Amino acid sequence: MTNKLIVAPAPHVHGSDSTRRIMRDVILALMPAFAVSLWVFGLDVLRVTAIAILSCMLVEWLIQKFLFKEPSTLGNLSAVVTGLLLSFNLPASIPWWIVVIGAVVAIGIAKMSFGGLGKNPFNPALVGRVFLLIAYPVQMTSFPAVERPALDALSGATPLAAVKFGVAADMVPVENLLLGLMPGSLGEVAAVALLAGFVYLLWRKVITWHIPVAVLGTMALFAAVYGAFSFATPHEVFSFTLFHLLAGGAILGAVYMATDYATSPMTTKGAVIYAVGIGVITMCIRLWGAYPEGMSFAILIMNAVTPLLNKYVKPKRFGKK
Amino acid sequence: MKTFPIGGVHPSENKLSRGVAIERLPLPDQVTIPLAQHIGAPATAQVAKGDKVLTGQLIAAASSFMSANIHSPISGVVTAVEPVLNGQGLRQMMITIKREGDEWLETIDRSPEIKYECNLTPAEIIAKIKEAGVVGMGGATFPTHVKLSVPPGRKAEYLIINGVECEPYLTSDHRTMLERGEELLVGVTILMRTLSVNEAYVGVENNKPDAISHLRELVAGNAHFKGIHITPLKVQYPQGGEKQLIAAVTGRQVPPPPALPIHVGAVVCNASTTVAVYEAVQKNKPLIERVVTLTGKCVKSPKNLLTRMGTPISALIEAAGGVPEELGKVVNGGPMMGRAIVNLQAPVTKGCSGVTLFAEQEALRKEPSACIKCAKCVSACPMGLEPYLLSKYSRKRNWEAMEQNDITSCIECGCCQFTCPANIPLLDYVRQGKQIVMGFIRARDAAEGPKK
Repeated sequence: MTNKLIVAPAPHVHGSDSTRRIMRDVILALMPAFAVSLWVFGLDVLRVTAIAILSCMLVEWLIQKFLFKEPSTLGNLSAVVTGLLLSFNLPASIPWWIVVIGAVVAIGIAKMSFGGLGKNPFNPALVGRVFLLIAYPVQMTSFPAVERPALDALSGATPLAAVKFGVAADMVPVENLLLGLMPGSLGEVAAVALLAGFVYLLWRKVITWHIPVAVLGTMALFAAVYGAFSFATPHEVFSFTLFHLLAGGAILGAVYMATDYATSPMTTKGAVIYAVGIGVITMCIRLWGAYPEGMSFAILIMNAVTPLLNKYVKPKRFGKK
Repeated sequence: MKTFPIGGVHPSENKLSRGVAIERLPLPDQVTIPLAQHIGAPATAQVAKGDKVLTGQLIAAASSFMSANIHSPISGVVTAVEPVLNGQGLRQMMITIKREGDEWLETIDRSPEIKYECNLTPAEIIAKIKEAGVVGMGGATFPTHVKLSVPPGRKAEYLIINGVECEPYLTSDHRTMLERGEELLVGVTILMRTLSVNEAYVGVENNKPDAISHLRELVAGNAHFKGIHITPLKVQYPQGGEKQLIAAVTGRQVPPPPALPIHVGAVVCNASTTVAVYEAVQKNKPLIERVVTLTGKCVKSPKNLLTRMGTPISALIEAAGGVPEELGKVVNGGPMMGRAIVNLQAPVTKGCSGVTLFAEQEALRKEPSACIKCAKCVSACPMGLEPYLLSKYSRKRNWEAMEQNDITSCIECGCCQFTCPANIPLLDYVRQGKQIVMGFIRARDAAEGPKK
């Protein structure tokens, strides 16, 4: 017997899951929305996305190599996901150097300064976006007119902003919201495409339904109750509610940003509390805040609550009353 | 379809030997029998060097209630009673017997016909099971007579037979249910009599439809098997875990340790063990042989081998086509909970339901990377624990926090580590911490003195 045998404790087999596979699935899930965005806003989308992804990868590579002095982590594709999500939160017309600054903030400050993947308390892409929103408010809120036959009356302002400043919600056709024919950040516009990606993520078991459904459900309930007090007819209440689910970053945020592993709670119960919080805060900002859109702030605020939820909300132990 | 309520994973089943009939392994020339091959106190040797023994003769006696008798699996001469290397390469007290023929003890009934009737009292049945040295053959090796001795104040309501065999690769219980179904069912009636229950449930995972239909036909065709139900279960690891199986069949959850299944009125007995109970009670045959699955993707012909205890594992590998060239790891048991061994001369023992061989490529662990907090370990844990947190506390040596987070409930099934996309050896850390915490708890209990 000359073989040298390998000894290790059980289990001796491992599932097929890997960080890289999960990140690849998220990228694939975002592709339908990316395609719609290209169709709606044109080639600028490609420019912004490419710059965002490449600068995120570059920043991560530089920090990993020269600051951490550790092997590259680009292979796990998480920098690509951050870059892609960051670009989805930007207007297609944004200057290239603002995108680069966003990437530096997202990866350099929000992710790597905490130790890299899995250790960041806040969603990196959202920190990048919010930083840019505060630092470059003009560039961040001027949206290109939709190149397709769309709503002329609204070009330049997002539907949320338009409604905030007095346009009735049912002025915006639902088909446009579903297909993305509206001004907005480049990845947030196409509800149908984003939901297709959601189904894909569920099928691949990358995420569970709890957070997206709880975020959107809370928003719907909130909007319906608010609407019931503000409008006369059920039709108006309904279109107001539907509008809030489809316009702006609600679906992008609920499905792709709020579900970020590192910054959302570890237990299902905790995740639902977190998601309800996001829904409530988003609606409060949208209805009474200074900004027309509140998704990013709501997610970041609830990110801060996540460690607390992890500490106090425990899964139901087997056999315990 | 029924299954347990929380967590679980579904590894590739790889039941390579499912269609291979049980084959009798030729008798070994020499056997080595460990005195500790069950949970509890090691047995006390009853023979010395030079003694002649018959097949089935008692060679080591249970040293306390929580212990088990051991019998000679062959006839021959005792050549040594001394420490010998076990599978892990550690010295362990063993009896070595050199074979001379195969002469059985006269009291053992070796006729093939099946004896259905049993008119013994529960106490007599338990005595016979204890005498025969029957222990749980699914791997845990808990002495069966202890399990059947229901403590005062408790009452068995459910008898559950564990035919789940949720470990990938292993098929020994599957083949036993197919080929010895009738004896198994008689065994169930004996256990029902022992526990005074009128109903019994044989839990079988849905990936063994042939076993389910075979057992159902046997039950339907014989009034003697009234009250036995065959319960198909959804394929999900670790359904063969005692607590998971009870929850799957009855919906009741056994409270955290030190509670036992009997706290919810359940007694669980493995399928092969039930056949051993039949043989012990009806045929006076002690537990001296068992079916061992010798399997693995690198094995030439995976087999189910009826093996005498004490046979070196190398003999089983030989019978299945020899040592594969690319062999990297030998596991005593299945891939999820088995133990890697280094010494192929190590003997088959009562708890050895299979030996799984892995090629070097399959045996290497993948490089761990950063935890991405995906929470897949939390949702995979069948006990509702938080493996990521427990492993973190274990690395930080924070034993109090581990205890507060219910580490003692961990059944070490490995679902967390199996599912981790970052390949973090979660169970390594958790298991290590659990051992230390259990040590503290034992010391604390000892210091507090016996409880009222």
